[in-house]
Formats: sequence, structure tokens, C-alpha cells
Amino acid sequence: MKGMSIIVKKICQILAPVIFLFGLYVVAHGHLTPGGGFAGGVIMASSFIFQIIAYGSILPKLRHEEHGLEFLESGAILGFLVIAALGLILSGTSIFFAEFLNKGTAGNLISAGFIPIENIVVGAEVCAGISIIFMALAVFKDEVTK
Amino acid sequence: MILFILCFVLFMVGLYGVIIKRNLIKIIIGVAIMEYSVNLFLILIGYVNEGNVPILPLPEALVNKPFVDPLPQALVLTAIVIGLATTAMLLSIAIRLYRKYGTFNIRKINSLKG
Amino acid sequence: MNSLVPLFILIPLGSAMIMSILGRFIKNFGKYLITLALLFLTGITFHLIINVPEVLVYKVGGFADVGNIPVAIYLVIDGFTKILLLIISLVGFLVALYSFSYTTQYTAERKFYILFSLMLAGMYGMVVSGDIFNMYVFLEISSMAAYALVAFGLEKHQLEASFKYQVLGGVASMLILMGIGFIYWQTGTLNVADIATQLPVGGVFIKFVAVLFIVGFGLKAAIFPFHSWLPDAHSSAPSPISAMLSGVLIKAIGIYVLFRLFFNMFALSYELSLAITVLGVLSMIIGGLLAIGQWDIKRLLAYSSISQMGYVILGVGIGMLVLSKGGSQVIAGFAIMGGLFHLLNHSVFKGLLFLSAGAVEYRTGTRDMKKLGGLAELMPVTSGTSMIASLAISGIPPFNGFFSKLIIIIAAIQAKYYTLAFLAVLVSIVTIGYFMKLQKFTFYNKDKKIWDKAKIKEVPFSMALSMILLAVLCLGMSLLAIPQFRDIFLQPAVKALIETVQYSVTVIGN
Repeated sequence: MKGMSIIVKKICQILAPVIFLFGLYVVAHGHLTPGGGFAGGVIMASSFIFQIIAYGSILPKLRHEEHGLEFLESGAILGFLVIAALGLILSGTSIFFAEFLNKGTAGNLISAGFIPIENIVVGAEVCAGISIIFMALAVFKDEVTK
Repeated sequence: MILFILCFVLFMVGLYGVIIKRNLIKIIIGVAIMEYSVNLFLILIGYVNEGNVPILPLPEALVNKPFVDPLPQALVLTAIVIGLATTAMLLSIAIRLYRKYGTFNIRKINSLKG
Repeated sequence: MNSLVPLFILIPLGSAMIMSILGRFIKNFGKYLITLALLFLTGITFHLIINVPEVLVYKVGGFADVGNIPVAIYLVIDGFTKILLLIISLVGFLVALYSFSYTTQYTAERKFYILFSLMLAGMYGMVVSGDIFNMYVFLEISSMAAYALVAFGLEKHQLEASFKYQVLGGVASMLILMGIGFIYWQTGTLNVADIATQLPVGGVFIKFVAVLFIVGFGLKAAIFPFHSWLPDAHSSAPSPISAMLSGVLIKAIGIYVLFRLFFNMFALSYELSLAITVLGVLSMIIGGLLAIGQWDIKRLLAYSSISQMGYVILGVGIGMLVLSKGGSQVIAGFAIMGGLFHLLNHSVFKGLLFLSAGAVEYRTGTRDMKKLGGLAELMPVTSGTSMIASLAISGIPPFNGFFSKLIIIIAAIQAKYYTLAFLAVLVSIVTIGYFMKLQKFTFYNKDKKIWDKAKIKEVPFSMALSMILLAVLCLGMSLLAIPQFRDIFLQPAVKALIETVQYSVTVIGN
């Protein structure tokens, strides 16, 4: 994939961090507002995809990134399972996904027990997953056209 | 009711794409359209006329007002994720097929018979 | 005791992710991890079958019911589930053992095992789940892994088979999701046990939803008019995966759900039972007839899978017909037991047949029966185990297939469906025919081809061991026909299906 013109590159450079930050915001407020891990993760991934489209894919670099992201993705799912299993162990009730943290008051940023933590993990997983899918397709396409 | 019928029509459009079209990419688009129509259908099930967002804590103005059913929305979110995975998987296989056969025409991709 | 239930999902899913991280640094980590995990799960399954006769109900998250409405996601293990857990764990373990040597030919061995454990996680989740939408999610997890595994070798025909499988699987998933949507619309709940109490009896609406489910799960289980993807996908996949797909996947994500929903969720109706039975009989006959003409070993086995699944549906379908007409519970129970017994047996001998076909391909590099022949002397273990499995599937007396077919035929006669009994006997003869063809052209028929004796030798130890263990199971499982064993393994499953209303009473308790 070839890169785009200088105007697109510059605007992308300015916008990508803002998009990423907005994604982080959506993930962090997942238990209070619409959105959450999945939606926020997609927004964060879109900032990466944006950059790849604007700057064009440089194959060896993308392959390297892909490995790191795969690591993050598996780690995130494992983290999700570990939190779920912690409920099984810590709450003393032998219940999967049991609540083991303080629930707090509804409406505060730090509340809802382990749900914000799960949201962050899901956000990381979705961001990594969607970026991997996009990169894999970009790499495939470049390999075909060569 | 008209919305449900339109939803069903959309499903049929997707099915038409899957059955009639000969191009791999068009078949994938057909599968995707079917997914969207089913997602739309699930959202319509939970829809309440003039309903509000189902979120706690409720602002004062929304207390004792009807709100839409949140469960189908959660289902649709899950179904969208699954749809994303299905589409990505189909596309990656289609790209690989293109590399092997040099065509997207399903008539010409026929090493399996019988 | 209850905390054993989520382990069935947690262990395979967790090990897939651990493999993905640690497998990069430790060589062969994945194969040992999944084999040990499956051995452990097999142990748990046997423990559950023998020591825990009651129905286990597990609420994820520990949310209590509000009024009589179940809020939490339910995981349910009853007698019928245990049978499926048994075949997933047992066949999965032996296939993992077989893969030890088989997968060394692939460059991305690690990914093979990741996908394999994801597929297992999906199947376990599918059978354990007591919630219809959760079933859909796990169905998609296992199907997605299966699509990727079918195309794992990245050869022309594998990619094509995978694409075909994915498109038809996608259509099936959409129909199932639509059915789930209709059910939620009508009842406002997704819990199978709760739906059973809320769903109206009879009416056009129920029939429409039931048809959506029959077509959807029929596509997943490759029942007759929806079978066109199965011979391609199952013959193109790597052999251990073919054994998993044919032996376990079509049962766990197709047949299991179909029976679970039609016995325990919908009220039994004569028309729907008749439709299911007719489809089963048609797939039994047409699968068998199409298998005769095949010259590719795995393609023949794939068509034979369609035919044998027809037997399973025939057995259980007779039970459904008898129950829906208000006939004798004993005859219905006997027919259902025959069907479920055949389901267990089929996963063992069809797994073994695919594994030995894979062994032949591993050494000779071809699956075409016209090019093979005279392998019996060179590969005695493969030939012997394949012969045992062929005898078992054709229904020759000391082996397990004979007893399950006999039970189905006797039940059909008792229920006065003489035509069905006659057809079952006829297809059994056809089965003997095409398996004799397979044996003759692959392993005997010496003068056809002279093999290079130095090159063609017996398969490596792990492959041979897993095939021998499966062959022993083929013989050993005929013991299940004896009442003592039958009461432990099969009777609870029959009871779970035959007491249709009891399911929702035990699960949600009202």
C-alpha cells in the first residue's frame, strides 16, 4: 500500500493522538456511559489504522508490530480470564466472575467493582485484535500484488 | 411492522447475494448484509416508542419514563464482534484464494468436485 | 462440586492464550499443554459421570434469581451433556496425542494448537451452556476455529473448502441468530429452561422458529439437504482435524443443540418430529449411496459421516415420534438410547478411520484409492486398526457399532415403523459394501502397486498409540450394551431427554 499526500499525513499526525485519547476516555468510562471496552478499543485501533492508511504499509515494520500486538491480545484475554478466576478464588463462593472488589457508589469513576478493570482489558484486546486483522489484510494484499 | 418487513427484505437481499453472485467479494458482502439485517432485527425487538437510554443513575427528568430494552443491545454488540471476525476470516481466505487462482470468479475456483 | 463446571471452558480457553504467549519461547509447549489439559478434563468427566448423578446447575457471576426470572448465565450439566463432554474429552485427547508427530510437517505448529484448543473451548462451552445466546457465541467460536483449521495447509482445495464451509456456516449462524431473536421477542428471556416454561404450545410462530432452527443447526450438522459443504471441508482438513470435525464437532454444535432444543425447549409436536426423522432417514440413505462412488479415502469417510449421523437422528427421531403420539415411554427410551449409543460409537470409529486415513496419507502422500494398495504388510498397525474400525462401523458383531445399530433397528420394529427398520438394515449392508471397497483398495489388492519398502513404514509411535487406543475403545464400548454399564453411561442421558418438562423444573426450580 502506498502512502498518501503530505496534507493527509500531517492531519493524520495531529488527529491520531486525539483519537487514541478519546478511545482511552471511552474505555475508562465504560461502566458509566454508553461504550466501554469494545467501542473504545475500536476507536483506539482506528487511530492506528488511520496512520497505516496515511503513511502506507512498510511490510517488515508491520510484521514486527503484528508480533507485539499478538502478544498483547493473548495477554489481555488471559488477563480477563485471570480476573474471572480470581472471583472464583478470592470471593470464597466458588463462583466464576464473582465480585471480589468493593462496589462503591454508582456514578463515581472508581466504582462497580472489577468491571472497569475488565473494560480496560477488553479495550486492549479489541484494539490489538482489530489492528492485527487490518495489518494482516494489508500484508496479504501487498504480498499478492508483488 | 413496516420496519420488520424491510428488515426481512434486507435479509433476502443478502441471501440473494450469497446464492446468485459469482464473485467472492460480492458473496462476502452478501453475508455481511445478512448480518446487518439480523442485527437490525435484534435492535428493533428491544425498541420502545419514545424510550430513553437504559443507564443508571437516572437523571431526574427520566425517572418513571419508559426505556428501551438493553439486553438486545448487548446481544447486538456481541453479534457485531462475531460478524467482524467472520468477515475478516472470509476476506483473508478470499485473498489467499486470489493468490492461488488469480481470479475471484467462483466458477473458475473448482478443484473440488463430486 | 459445582466449581468443576466452569473449568470445562476456563481450561481450554486459558491454555490457548498461555500457548500463544509461552509457546513462542518454549518449543513444543502447546502440544504438551493441551494433551495434559484434555487428560485432566477426561478425568473430571469420568468423575462426573460415575460419582455425580444429579444435575449440576451453575450460575456465572453468582447473580440470584429475581422473582422467578433467572438473571445469571446458567451452565447446566445433565446426563445428555455428560455424554457429549465424554466424547469431546476422550476423542480430543487421543487426537491431540496423534497430532504429536503429525503436525511436525507444518511450519506454524504453535498456531495449530492454539486453534485446536479454541475449537475445544467452543465445543465445551456449547454443550455446557444453558443459555441460548451463549450457545450461539460458543458455536461461533468453535466454527471460526474450525474454518481456520480446515484451511490450515493453505493448499488450493483446502482454501476452497474453507470458503464454502464459511459461507454456508455464516448463513446458518444468521438463521440461528434470527431464531434466537424471535424467541426473545416472544418470551423475553434467553435461558433455555425459562423459555420452555414461557413458550406457547403449538401455533404458526413456534413452527416458524422451529424451522429456522432445523435449517440452521441442520446446516451445522450437515443433515441431508444441507450437507454439501461437509465432504469438501472434512476431506480437505488436516487428518486430526477431520477426525475432530467428523467425530465431535458436528455432534456438539449440530446434533446436540437440535435434540436439546426440540426435547427440552419446544413442546414435542408430531409434525416437527416427523420432519426431523424424515431428514435423518434421507441423509442416512443418500450419504450411504454417495459414499459408494468415492475414490478419495477421506471423501468416502465424510459421506459415510452423513449416513451415520442419519442413524443417530433416526434413532432419536423414532423416540420423538413415539413420545409425541403419547406412546410407550419404554420404547421411546429404547430408541433414544440406540441413537445416543450410536452417537458415542460413531465419534470413536469415525475418529479412528480418519486418523488411519491420515496415517496412510502421512506415509504415501496420497489419498486416492486408485493409486494405493498392498499396504497391509507395510503398515500393520494402521491396517489392523482401520480394519477394526471398518468392521465396527459396518455393524459386525463383537464391535460396538453392531449393538447400537441393533438397538435402533429393534426399537424401530417395536415402534411399528417397519419401513424404517428395513431401510436401516439396507443402509447397513451398503455400509459394509463401501468399507470393504476401502479396505480392499487401500490395504490389500497386493499386485496393484509395488511400494518402496524402505520408504513406506509404520507411522511414528504417538500416532500408532492413539490409533490402538481408539481400536481398543471400539471393542470396549460394546460393553455399554450390558445393563450395568448402560445404567451409568447412557440411561441418565435418555432420562434427561425423555422427561422433557423435568429439565426446566430441575434447572430453574419452579
